[in-house]
Amino acid sequence: MIDPLSVFLLLLSASTPILFAALGELVAERAGVLNLGVEGMMITGALAGFAAAYASGNPFLGFAAAALAGALISFLFVVLTQVFLANQVASGLALTLFGLGLAAMFGKPFEGVKAPPMPAGPLDINWIVWLGLAMVPAVWWFLNRSRPGLILRGVGENHDAAHALGYGVRATRMAAIAFGGAMAGVGGAFISIATVLQWTEGMTAGAGWIALAIVVFSRWTAPGVLAGAWLFGGVTVLQLRLQAAGVQVPVQLLSMAPYLATILVLVLISARQKFSRRGGGAAPGSLGLNFHALR
Amino acid sequence: MIRLVPRQSASNGWQVATPLLAVLATMVMGGLLFAIMGYDPVAAIRTIFWDPLFGPAASYSRPQLLVKAAPLILIASGLAVGFRAGIWNIGAEGQYIIGGITGAAVALAVYPLEAWWLFPAMVAAGLAGGWAWGMIPALLRNWFGASEILVSLMLVYVAQRVAAWMAFGPMRNPEGMGFPGSRNLQQYPSAANPELIAGTGAHWGVVAAALAVLATWFLMSRHIRGFHIRAAGIAPRAARFAGVRPQTLVAFCLGLSGALAGAAGLFEVAGPAGQITDKLGVGYGFTAIIVAFLGRLHPVGILLAGLLLALTYIGGELAQLTMQLPAATVQVFQGMLLFFLLGFDLLTRFQIRRRVSA
Amino acid sequence: MQRRTLLATASAAIMALAAPAMAQDEPLKVGFIYVGPVGDGGWTYQHDLARQAVEEEFGDRVETTFIESVPEGADAERALTQLALAGNKLIFATSFGFMDPVMNVAAKFPDVKFEHATGYKTAENVATYDARFYEGRAVIGTIAGRMTESNKIGYIGSFPIPEVIQGINSSFIHARKVNPDVEMRVVWAYSWFDPAKEAEAASALLAEGVDVILQHTDSTAPLAKAQEAGAIGFGQASDMAAFKPSPRVASIIDEWSPYYIKRVGEVLDGTWESGSSWAGIGDGEVVIGEITDAVPAEVKAEAEALRDKIGSGEYHPFTGPLNKADGTEWLAEGEVASDQDLQSMNFFVEGIDAQIPQ
Repeated sequence: MIDPLSVFLLLLSASTPILFAALGELVAERAGVLNLGVEGMMITGALAGFAAAYASGNPFLGFAAAALAGALISFLFVVLTQVFLANQVASGLALTLFGLGLAAMFGKPFEGVKAPPMPAGPLDINWIVWLGLAMVPAVWWFLNRSRPGLILRGVGENHDAAHALGYGVRATRMAAIAFGGAMAGVGGAFISIATVLQWTEGMTAGAGWIALAIVVFSRWTAPGVLAGAWLFGGVTVLQLRLQAAGVQVPVQLLSMAPYLATILVLVLISARQKFSRRGGGAAPGSLGLNFHALR
Repeated sequence: MIRLVPRQSASNGWQVATPLLAVLATMVMGGLLFAIMGYDPVAAIRTIFWDPLFGPAASYSRPQLLVKAAPLILIASGLAVGFRAGIWNIGAEGQYIIGGITGAAVALAVYPLEAWWLFPAMVAAGLAGGWAWGMIPALLRNWFGASEILVSLMLVYVAQRVAAWMAFGPMRNPEGMGFPGSRNLQQYPSAANPELIAGTGAHWGVVAAALAVLATWFLMSRHIRGFHIRAAGIAPRAARFAGVRPQTLVAFCLGLSGALAGAAGLFEVAGPAGQITDKLGVGYGFTAIIVAFLGRLHPVGILLAGLLLALTYIGGELAQLTMQLPAATVQVFQGMLLFFLLGFDLLTRFQIRRRVSA
Repeated sequence: MQRRTLLATASAAIMALAAPAMAQDEPLKVGFIYVGPVGDGGWTYQHDLARQAVEEEFGDRVETTFIESVPEGADAERALTQLALAGNKLIFATSFGFMDPVMNVAAKFPDVKFEHATGYKTAENVATYDARFYEGRAVIGTIAGRMTESNKIGYIGSFPIPEVIQGINSSFIHARKVNPDVEMRVVWAYSWFDPAKEAEAASALLAEGVDVILQHTDSTAPLAKAQEAGAIGFGQASDMAAFKPSPRVASIIDEWSPYYIKRVGEVLDGTWESGSSWAGIGDGEVVIGEITDAVPAEVKAEAEALRDKIGSGEYHPFTGPLNKADGTEWLAEGEVASDQDLQSMNFFVEGIDAQIPQ
């Protein structure tokens, strides 16, 4: 009755914003940084991207601007946590609050106008959707096969050891946070430029928080992030699709399921690591901890 | 070049001075922001920081500070205990929601019975609900080593959906004309959490917040468990050799912070908020994390930080009201305050020295 | 005894605070509290346009202020009190969830008049007002029934509450009237405003073969999706003119200015009385936005004729014979639905093949 291909196509674009944001957060977390400011960075990107796309008439310029804006606002988090050594959880929450306010404040002139249309990409699928899918192997390759990726993981796993080996803990983390900001910005801009075509306050409506859950679900791997984005996006798409087909669904209970699944995954990987001492898939060792070199 | 040298113990002088410096810096930067936006910066800052305390309607807004600050302080007191031990409960928002639901469930189950024991039973249920929700990450960490940061955060999302489910389903008010949301507990005398003395704003939640500050102060500075907690936070391995069982601490800290957050939820639901709705969680649990850090994880600091944040909320509303300052601008201003407070904390923990080139 | 004295003192203090604004020649202060930001482009935006219309109409005889983005619950009660304390003599509370806070604050300020949107509780100084959105839905339902080629129209509902259910039934009845083969697909988004989710809901409907989308949620996301798929839709709450001439072929606009101007005028004349207003197309409270050229002229004429018939009171959108979805009779031939029936509507009419979530 329901064509699986059509559900998959819906899923592709529905999961794109959270896929971008989660890939960015993945890299930050692999570097040992827990940034709860994803929502704030996404909304900043949503506004900056929309504004640039509207002003220039070119949606792709909008996405570039969104990446830049996301990276710029993440710099506040960098200053707080990497320079002033403030607590990451509190700083991330403050970033979310600040970003939501800032975007709402600067967004006033862009209310009620419409973004330029996006040209369709190959197979009639949006170019940015393709870009998101391409980022998955790219991030995987970077983390697992490249030398900077290896250093980044080392910094996240044990920052003292990485420092002792002469790697720049702070510089690595700054770069990772900025990448996270840029990706969150693009994710947010997908909502304003490609999905809604307009700017409204608070339009990311909690997507940044879902991205945080996806990273945990992913067991800190890029393919896992894709699976997580599809699971979280998929549950919403599927329940809406079932409703549209006239099937009665328990919406609230269904929407809880991915979060429970995430907890289950987390427990399983932790348990495997604890009892069999075979590593892999657990949270980076220095996640959320600040680093200060004594020398 | 300058460099940072950690202090042996946090500097007392700086501990007092940094929040003041941060507020001052916020006033300068915020004033600049207001001026750019075309508002009188002096008037705006006076409206936010001065008027709620001493302005024309201060006799109303002063007690409201307590109402707004109480849940923040109550939750943050519990969180800070865990944070001192390096146990990171960031899911207080979920524990708050569940506590509100379990507490309200007691009242809704026996409605319309009037009995003296009902409110105490609701408080107990709220504490128990929050405790149980907090124990999930505790047990998963103790049994499987799962990160309590992530599990407690995930459980916030689950709790939010439980609240929506309750508001639309089992707890929906049968006399509510088909709208979502439970009965209003303010209108159910035995279950209500009213102002204890009219005009003071003080309800049982305010009393509980005050008790929580005292109790956590006693715990941390006078009780052996407080010593264990601090020891575990500073030197986990040494603490283990001294016989501190980390698993006990995890259960204690998450259970305690969960229970306090649950109680805060119940006091809100039975008092100022009045009912279970799908928007039950308004972010107190997350804001309390910020409050805990602004208060330097110290009970007295938390008290002051909670009141300061409440001040900016109420002052921000006043600024909207009297100057038509947009809500977004107020939000940016609050964000700035948090950034400065968090950033300047560096001065209490580190000394800034000029780097002498060798 | 003591407690009573305290109460009396407290209310006397509140009265004293409110007193200065009573002077005769000063402008009438009118306050508004909004649940969302004025920039939401939908519900709150329309209320704020009406506030501006009040200012324009009465010039310096009135002074309006608003507080935006006020969460429902405890914060609403404080914001309302602060508006009253600031000397506002008439306060518009523009969200259903402000109902109990309005009742509480109104009891404390008997000389302040309150207007609560979409609620069902009134008092001596509390009136309620709402708009008969279902009248507008009948008109766009007619257009939808004529325009669909797949004979499937989709409806994005926010929450399963009477107001939304009235809209679904009304549009379906009138779509079926002009097109007996039409089917209706309903999707609940469980949000008034969540652009990403609304877009997904629209896509789900489009994948089901729907080619006309009606929405009772506030963002333009469904229109954007409709455009991509070559389907059509309608502006909701505001005109959503950016999507003219297609996919937005018409719109259903919340126009609160006539009511706000009337009520403010009554307060100025001293003729204000409590009551429940439920006005529709005839009073200009529900407006059908420009029907664009994407709609054939004869359909446009038909829709406008229906609009005028409803506006003049000649025709009621819920006129029998109508059966409920379970086949039982609801309205007999020629019978018109009562307002009570509509205000607690919790069923679909016969022909809608869906169930209302309970």
